[in-house]
Amino acid sequence: MNKILVLGDEAIAQGAMDAGLSGVYAYPGTPSTEITEYIQKSKEAKEKGVVSTWATNEKTALEGALGMSYAGKKAMACMKHVGLNVAADAFMNAAITGTNGGLMVVSADDPSMHSSQNEQDSRFYGKFAMIPVLEPSNQQEAYDMAYYGIQLSEKMGIPVLLRVTTRLAHSRSVIERKPQLPQNKLSLPSNPKQFILLPVFAKKNYSGLLGKQAAFETEAEKSGFNKYFEGKDKSLGIITCGLAYNYLMENCQDKEPEHPVLKITQYPAPSEMINKIYEETDELLVLEEGYPFLEEQIRGLLNKGKKVKGRLDGTIPRSGELTPNIVAKALGMSVNKGYEIPSVLRGRPPVLCAGCPHIDSFEALNDAMAPYGRGRVFSDIGCYTLAALKPLEAINTCVDMGASISMAVGAADAGLVPSVAVIGDSTFTHSGMTGLLDAVNKKSPVTVFILDNSTVGMTGGQHSAALGHIEGIVKGIGVEEEHIRIVKPLRRLHDENLKVYKEEIEYKGVSVIIARRECVQTLNRRMKLKFANKKKTQNVVNN
Amino acid sequence: MKKDIILGGVGGQGILTIAALIATAALKKGLYIKQSEVHGMSQRGGDVQANLRISSKPVMSDLIPEGKADMIIAVEPLESLRYLNMLDKNNGWLITSSNPFNNIPDYPDIEEVYNEIRKIPRHVLIDANEIAKQAGSVKAANIVVLGASAPFIGIEYNYLEDAIKDIFSRKGEDIVEMNLKALKAGYDFARENK
Repeated sequence: MNKILVLGDEAIAQGAMDAGLSGVYAYPGTPSTEITEYIQKSKEAKEKGVVSTWATNEKTALEGALGMSYAGKKAMACMKHVGLNVAADAFMNAAITGTNGGLMVVSADDPSMHSSQNEQDSRFYGKFAMIPVLEPSNQQEAYDMAYYGIQLSEKMGIPVLLRVTTRLAHSRSVIERKPQLPQNKLSLPSNPKQFILLPVFAKKNYSGLLGKQAAFETEAEKSGFNKYFEGKDKSLGIITCGLAYNYLMENCQDKEPEHPVLKITQYPAPSEMINKIYEETDELLVLEEGYPFLEEQIRGLLNKGKKVKGRLDGTIPRSGELTPNIVAKALGMSVNKGYEIPSVLRGRPPVLCAGCPHIDSFEALNDAMAPYGRGRVFSDIGCYTLAALKPLEAINTCVDMGASISMAVGAADAGLVPSVAVIGDSTFTHSGMTGLLDAVNKKSPVTVFILDNSTVGMTGGQHSAALGHIEGIVKGIGVEEEHIRIVKPLRRLHDENLKVYKEEIEYKGVSVIIARRECVQTLNRRMKLKFANKKKTQNVVNN
Repeated sequence: MKKDIILGGVGGQGILTIAALIATAALKKGLYIKQSEVHGMSQRGGDVQANLRISSKPVMSDLIPEGKADMIIAVEPLESLRYLNMLDKNNGWLITSSNPFNNIPDYPDIEEVYNEIRKIPRHVLIDANEIAKQAGSVKAANIVVLGASAPFIGIEYNYLEDAIKDIFSRKGEDIVEMNLKALKAGYDFARENK
């Protein structure tokens, strides 16, 4: 089967698999989750023994992938854009070590913040690390670039960053597959010092990386992904980055654009091609999904050259994702208007599911905190962040993975006593354990609620690295045993749980309350499966 | 041939199943498609939508331009209003279930919602739950709505039937039959009431 209907994320997964991938390393995060899930569900990947278990966080994921590359095999690390912040240490230094087997890092950005706390643009990370960046414009390119990216990594001996955004990650189309390449055999790096970043070796590696920059740019000029389209009307030149090309073409209504167009999907930016469009046109329009990354580079700090239009001069809104209409307006075209949206429409924000254990946890927490007043609940990233909204309005912060515990400690240091932290099971093992160790070492008067629904809920119920480990970890970190309490968040146990909450919040040291009840979504799924299997067995027995 | 379709509903109501069925039918007919979906945070009981574009020529944008959608297919009446700015005023059809999903504190008077739907000159308002029940299960309400959309999709009906057979076959013959019945009931209703 050479043609398949897949999400952009799945196209990346299939492209990497067909390039001979031996392992994918990832932590779930919208909009990147489906890359790894596709490989986990793939029969082909199973037959070929492709490693695809979830990692504890993005940093361990990227390091795992780097380890596989060290051992000579092709690896991929996938994460959402803010996950790359967590993995940044490994990411920046992997650019210095370079690779042995091919290594591709996929970062899925979320402009317009559909499911994220910011809309940071991962292309800056690519430039920061001085490595090639690929930014597909459609599903076929997502496949082709994953396939090519791993090979480019092997050719250059450097990790390659593939950047995708929400629209492409979660949009389906038909792609055509390429011939399957074999996995690599186990092999150690030819230079035994390559991965030792002692200054003496790191300096050498770094100058090697600097020396490769020209080759990266030549590759971007010649690989064929960046394309120059001649145009008769040279009053304007249009540069599109990634997905923006589709919105331009959507507005051209099946005709060739009249203006010269430079479609960029591979970086470092191809300066020869950019120079050509700059020289032959009167002004430029830069269309990019995300930050004005290229626009700023072309325009320069002083902006003394030709006019460059884009997000910086207000031609395009400064934030949020592009749409066909935004691009039409930037081109000076008229746009269609649909019907007025009637005033009877109401918002329907996401909510915690009916029967969700977090609801019971927060109802008890709200009661327990009532005597102390508002502003003391430090929360984290997960479904439970929805407790910020009505009707619960139970939390006061949500910043980054693990911040709940460390921020509660800092606030307690400042005199906000009691301070409490609320963190999910998977977020706790992702980035909460180190904050808890800080708290224990300081004997900080904080209470940490670990809302253990035994899954990574928000992203659709992936395996939680914390499963079966929480008590052991908390004890090992040094929380006193009598202050590790386990409750079952249920409405009928409200009073009983409230008593436990109150006792521990009053305690002037570190206490941990594990509120454990399975996510209703994963529970339902499990029960359905169990029922179906039972039915199957019965049928076999009956037959 | 080109149809731009917005699908709207509440997380868990099965709009992605509708999208998958139309997409499967379109592929059987040899058309190009792009289907942009909402995953992640917004799924939790909130509003969800998908953009489905089918065409005899390659589709460029994953998103439908404002005011150019040929159809809105909604499995919830309030949700059918959310994307009216996307609907083409000259030709667009609004097809929606009349069954409210009330999980918000300020859900408006349902008659007001129906009035707004009836203002759209080309609309089908269908009691999908009741029709699905008669077909065998209320769970097939989304398939009833798909059936009600079938006269306007620009794909022959038998392709949609084949898509149902494809997608539901692993769930057994009974489920396939029930969904085919639901599809037909929605289809008949729309042809009589458009």
